[in-house]
Amino acid sequence: MSAKTVNHRAWWLVLPVVLLVGFNAVVPLMTVVNYSVQETFGNNRFFFEGVKWFDSVVHSARFHDALKRQMLFTAIILAIEIPLGVAVALAMPRKGVWASVCLVLMSMPLLIPWNVVGAMWNIFALPDIGLLGWTLNKLGFDYNYTRQPFAAWATLIAMDVWHWTSLVALLAYAGLSAIPDAYYQAAKIDGASSWAVFRHVQLPKMKHVLTIAVLLRFMDSFMIYTEPVVLTGGGPGNSTTLLSIDLVKIALGQFDLGPAAAMSLIYFLIILLLSWMFYRVITLDEEQ
Amino acid sequence: MKRFKWLVPAIYIVFLMLPIYWLLSMSFKHTNEILGGFTLWPRSFTLENYHKIFTEPTWYMGYVNSLTYVTINTVLSIAVALPAAYAFSRYRFLGDKHLFFWLLSNRMAPAAVFALPFFQLYSAIGLFDTHIAVALAHCLFNVPLAVWILEGFMSGVPKELDELAFIDGYPFWKFFLKIFVPAIAAGIGVAAFFCFMFSWVELLLAKTLTSVEAKPIAAIMTRTASSSGYELGLLAAAGALTMVPGAFVIYFVRNYIAKGFSLGRV
Repeated sequence: MSAKTVNHRAWWLVLPVVLLVGFNAVVPLMTVVNYSVQETFGNNRFFFEGVKWFDSVVHSARFHDALKRQMLFTAIILAIEIPLGVAVALAMPRKGVWASVCLVLMSMPLLIPWNVVGAMWNIFALPDIGLLGWTLNKLGFDYNYTRQPFAAWATLIAMDVWHWTSLVALLAYAGLSAIPDAYYQAAKIDGASSWAVFRHVQLPKMKHVLTIAVLLRFMDSFMIYTEPVVLTGGGPGNSTTLLSIDLVKIALGQFDLGPAAAMSLIYFLIILLLSWMFYRVITLDEEQ
Repeated sequence: MKRFKWLVPAIYIVFLMLPIYWLLSMSFKHTNEILGGFTLWPRSFTLENYHKIFTEPTWYMGYVNSLTYVTINTVLSIAVALPAAYAFSRYRFLGDKHLFFWLLSNRMAPAAVFALPFFQLYSAIGLFDTHIAVALAHCLFNVPLAVWILEGFMSGVPKELDELAFIDGYPFWKFFLKIFVPAIAAGIGVAAFFCFMFSWVELLLAKTLTSVEAKPIAAIMTRTASSSGYELGLLAAAGALTMVPGAFVIYFVRNYIAKGFSLGRV
């Protein structure tokens, strides 16, 4: 870090990036800000409304419900994906052909288009002709994710676990691979139990990657849109309408620009806060 | 205990493969067989679904459209990210940390927030329903991704390499293209792979910014799923084909997957 030279002309090197990303980020964001303080009755005529929309969004039951569902969803998938991912990484072969096989097969879900993930689970969970739905019903469970909110939630969570646990496992695996063999030998000589090895050797070494994993999963699950829309369409009723889905319903479905824009900004601020935490954690760790 | 350790990844991988198996199995079935009842594997194996996709322009043009904007996006993202990542990894300059964070915040921006303004912006400048529009829009998250990944790789290259080249009298651009870029070739490959992947898997913006001419395969699939009723076999075949690019290159990047998904921070 300290070896970097001060050179303000480096701005010329980042200029193309600033222009390109700025074009995509600043113009739309200003559009959103613009809408969020105005009222329109069509014909492109707008009236200044101040913070009316923000006020209504912050106090709207609909937004609260979507936010609650979103937080519940994020909490559940973190509680499953992080321990499961670590467990899989710990049990994976360290090197050799089988390590490669595991890495390749586990990465598969990460590289599938998100709507295909939704469509795949849709087909997989159909109660009458899907492998999962059919099996559950044969086993005596009354399962139909298009009608039962609980079944819809369970399917949604199973899908996200299927989709993203591998990311946690791969990150944890990368952290574990960085531990020198000598550490394990030393632990063996000391007669350490496997729990002690995990607690005092592996877990500290994985701290950095696991923090990254938690934050990435937190932020990405907060942005989730395509997979639940394809799987459940936000239903039955509104039971699986997460933040993004609700936002798109308001903005593109009902064309309520003001409330949608105000909601976008609040949503964006939440994500920005999370990103800032992510950034701080990473830069702190790298400085050490 | 130790002897059965392999069971954990084995069971996990079986869990991962089940929905994929089901998709593939459906794609080889006739519609009648699918709707007729539950069958564990295709009784009347057929390639009809795949045949239809490869012969009907509405279907295969979806793949062509997707591949076109994804490729433009990848080339563009890497081209602008390379010098920027170099600047971040080698120099301190006014506002560098804020800029680095601002880039990250765009990678994390929810597409839903930007869908409508993007539609209006690209309509206003006359790029709506073109490949360029989607390619540019995906730069919002792919350029930051590429900068972060490349910066991670570049910081692994010792600074002495640059200093020696400058002492030898190399001009900056000659050094950058002839010496530095080959030195981080692996990093460029990984960054390109992830740009390709994230542009390939994204649907919301791609769908919002296109209507006919540049419609991506993913959008064609959702249309089929909702309008033309239950052509599940066709849908499954189209889905199976979208997994091909990932499955094809996954082996080459297997050791860098974690690095890519964590923005070069592992």
